[in-house]
Amino acid sequence: MTFQLNTNDMLSILPFTLVFAVGMLVLLLETLRKGKSMKMLAWVSLGGVVLACVANRQLLGQGLRGFGGSVVADDYAVVFNIIFLAVAFFTILISMRYLEDRGIQDGEYYALVLFATGGMMVMASSLDLLMIFVGLEILSISSYILTGMLRRDHKSNEAAMKYFLLGAFATGFLLYGMVMLYGATGTINLREIGTHLAVTNLGQNPYIWFGMGLLIVGFGFKLSLVPFHMWTPDVYEGAPTTVTAFMSAGPKAAGFAALVRVMVEGLGNLHDHWWLVMWILAALTMTLGNVVAIWQDNIKRMLAYSSIAHAGYILAALVVANIEGLSAIVFYGLVYTLGNMGVFAILVLASDKNRERVTFEDYRGFGYVSPLLGMAMLVFMLSLIGIPLTGGFVGKFQIFKAAVEQGYLWLAVVGVINSVISVYYYLRLVVVMYMQPPTGASLQVRPPFNLALTVAIAASLAGVVYLGILPSGWLDMSSRSVSVLMAGF
Amino acid sequence: MTFLGLPPLSLVIYFPLLGVLALLFAGRMAPAATRWIALVTSGATFLVSLPLYGWYDQAQGGFQLVEKVAWIPDWGVKYYLGMDGVSMLLVLLTTLLTFLAILGAWNEERHTREFMIAILLLEVGMNGVFLALDVFLFYVFWEVMLFPMYFIIGIWGGERRLYAAFKFVAYTMAASVLMLVAILYMYYLYFHATGEFSMSLTDWYKVSVGLQAQYWLFAAFALAFAVKVPMFPFHTWLPDAHVEAPTAGSVILAGVLLKMGTYGFFRFAMPLFPQATQDAMPVLIGLSVVGIMYGALVCMVQPDMKKLVAYSSVSHMGFVMLGLFALNTQGLQGGLLQMLNHGVSTGALFLLVGMIYERRHTKAIADFGGLMKVMPIYATLFLVVVLSSIGLPGMNGFVGEYLVLVGAYQVSPWAAIISASAVILAAVYLLWMYQRVFFGQITKVENQKLHDLPLREMAVLAPLILLILWVGVYPKPFLDKMAPSVAQFLVMTHQDKTQKSPALSLEQAHPVSVSEPTSQSVELQ
Repeated sequence: MTFQLNTNDMLSILPFTLVFAVGMLVLLLETLRKGKSMKMLAWVSLGGVVLACVANRQLLGQGLRGFGGSVVADDYAVVFNIIFLAVAFFTILISMRYLEDRGIQDGEYYALVLFATGGMMVMASSLDLLMIFVGLEILSISSYILTGMLRRDHKSNEAAMKYFLLGAFATGFLLYGMVMLYGATGTINLREIGTHLAVTNLGQNPYIWFGMGLLIVGFGFKLSLVPFHMWTPDVYEGAPTTVTAFMSAGPKAAGFAALVRVMVEGLGNLHDHWWLVMWILAALTMTLGNVVAIWQDNIKRMLAYSSIAHAGYILAALVVANIEGLSAIVFYGLVYTLGNMGVFAILVLASDKNRERVTFEDYRGFGYVSPLLGMAMLVFMLSLIGIPLTGGFVGKFQIFKAAVEQGYLWLAVVGVINSVISVYYYLRLVVVMYMQPPTGASLQVRPPFNLALTVAIAASLAGVVYLGILPSGWLDMSSRSVSVLMAGF
Repeated sequence: MTFLGLPPLSLVIYFPLLGVLALLFAGRMAPAATRWIALVTSGATFLVSLPLYGWYDQAQGGFQLVEKVAWIPDWGVKYYLGMDGVSMLLVLLTTLLTFLAILGAWNEERHTREFMIAILLLEVGMNGVFLALDVFLFYVFWEVMLFPMYFIIGIWGGERRLYAAFKFVAYTMAASVLMLVAILYMYYLYFHATGEFSMSLTDWYKVSVGLQAQYWLFAAFALAFAVKVPMFPFHTWLPDAHVEAPTAGSVILAGVLLKMGTYGFFRFAMPLFPQATQDAMPVLIGLSVVGIMYGALVCMVQPDMKKLVAYSSVSHMGFVMLGLFALNTQGLQGGLLQMLNHGVSTGALFLLVGMIYERRHTKAIADFGGLMKVMPIYATLFLVVVLSSIGLPGMNGFVGEYLVLVGAYQVSPWAAIISASAVILAAVYLLWMYQRVFFGQITKVENQKLHDLPLREMAVLAPLILLILWVGVYPKPFLDKMAPSVAQFLVMTHQDKTQKSPALSLEQAHPVSVSEPTSQSVELQ
């Protein structure tokens, strides 16, 4: 069999190839750096991210397929790539000062962030179980190392170890699931699996059920769905704050990008059989995430549980699985990314060499010490709750709207009640910032100006507010992107 | 009919933002400067909103000064504003009370800038709620205005402010998210009926809704609004919020925020789901009467002036609900008028309590006595407001309560009789409080040197007292402005909406007969 590369093949892999290439370049530059500032590597990485974003943007609307259909650069992939690149962009911006303060002098950090980003892009761009797996592994292995980046901090070490062990375990589930699906259908291409399931009565085949179950468990671990979420709080707390920021947004979005491909493009015909499982997982995930978040004193742990809860909302949109629901996943992915990145940027800005400020107590009176940062934090919290005029509201509104549209009324009710529960812990930060007098531990002086962090905060703030007031553009984009997936139905 | 070429309703809603921007970007400034900026902004907002009264043409009826622009086209969400007589009067009440609240909070020294920003943002949200005709837009304003109030209670409140502030937000949010689900459900009912997406209230008025769906949807809407009113048994957040809130917060909370609940019933829950409304009428009338009596009885034993006024709100808002659910002209007119009256009288009462609290830092009735001797002007004005709240003929409260009772008697004599006795209770608890505070000898040394009201505080109260007397003596202009909406509302709540109904044209409705309401108000003069 001869295999010829054509332009489409090359173009379809261009965005993530660029990211990988810049990652390699950063590794190379690291060996030549010789004690000079790591800032240079950060700027190179940022340049790579921007370049990849430009290349990626060019592919919008082209629907390219490469390598016999195992890599696709359809609108779905392109739009998710925008989210991943945004995650990388913000992570690099907020890392510069953080790494300096925490004494991390390894330039590999930026390379690993880029590799992880590339891995996420592969996950969203493949229609092939194996390619998804490869992307996931690139992402996961990079994340394990990033988590342990604070080498002298035993919490960071513990987190990395925990993450690695459970991650490897989950990978096993995923692989077994993929093998079973392959065994049952004879193909690893999701579209072909989909057609097989549509024409033949494979629904009776037990391998399909095993495969699907194992895949859900595997993804459940990666997306920290309840009851597979145990690792999340410890890992988020132990990891360097910037890595937590990265992990709370990026791998989540990538996991959902791949899960949606698998469940809709591959197993969409079995929706009648899997929606109930997902329904239960979604309800459990959001409820447990929100309820346990109430008891946290550490903001990073609070955000870990909050990210679990948000995974629950997004999963609710997958249960619905119509265009509206799936585009809600994309919209929510971006909104959540922006809001979360903004919060982490503020946490990093408020910390300094001597002290990381990650507990609620540290932020007593912060709203008066630093009115603008306080206001930004307030807006991010309101967006995470889902209060109107922030992107968070439009995102949740769309999810619940889709759920009601398809008759999942009770799922919508569970969702809105959860939103009310979440008011408590998000507002707790607001209470601390504005309504409680400062104590000795709290930040008494305005944190020094830092360009990169200010840009990150301002950009995410602008994004959250813009998507809350004028969401139409991104709503169109997200519904166009998922209509590709639904084309087969 | 525009103001400098700008759409008038949007102008009124967003005008306070000018002050917010000035406060945000003018940097750190003296508290006095921030006060003046806020006062001038809110005063100008009031002046800008004043022409709405003249512009509303009651002969034409329906919603006027409509602004309609696509907002999220894919979802059929529009930026859609419009006003009828009821919302016009509520907007005027809002802009007036905000101005007076700022003037009344002149001595607020803690974080003055943030305080003024919160009040001005609150004004934006409140006016938006009253003018939005797109349900999505309404929900946006409805939720957004929660947070300025949350801050006002939580930052500038009393000892248990954190608890009270959170309780306020949690109650309201919990009830209103269920309304959100109901809104979405109604949205899809509309879609199935017509094949297009729309969030416009005037479109929703036109479609029929099955009986079962009406029950559920009405329940969800009614819960959200009942918490806001607040109706018994959803009132428990109110005493906490009122007692802990600073004076300006209490004034706006009682004067305007509670009206949002009754306004929601009037604008959304009842006309959208008329059969459910009629079937729920006995229950809601019952709850209203329980609220009226319960509020009045609790007032009898209140040792705290502010808490007394807070519980009297539960009782008075019960009258408003009773009037609305009588579903006849008199009841409705009375209920709507009572919304305004309660805003004016209770707003004034909270201002008065705030004035004495500022001097003595206590609200306990037992700490006072004989104030008549040291503060005669204060005592006189207090008396006028108390009498208005009791419902003395010649004052605004009488007109509203009388109409409500006349309306209620037609549907349920017992409800009217029991509620009428609460008017007597109101006289008992308010006058008893008045007697203990103002009559007798001065028993406490601290009270001997209290200074009477300066010009500023008299200026705060003067417009409210003027309104109390005006509405009491000559309510006709107000009732006339509301008459077309009242007639329209009665048509909508009495049609059979479970069937396909002839489309109601609301934006430019045909002139509605105003003869009946007019004769009613003439009778009262």
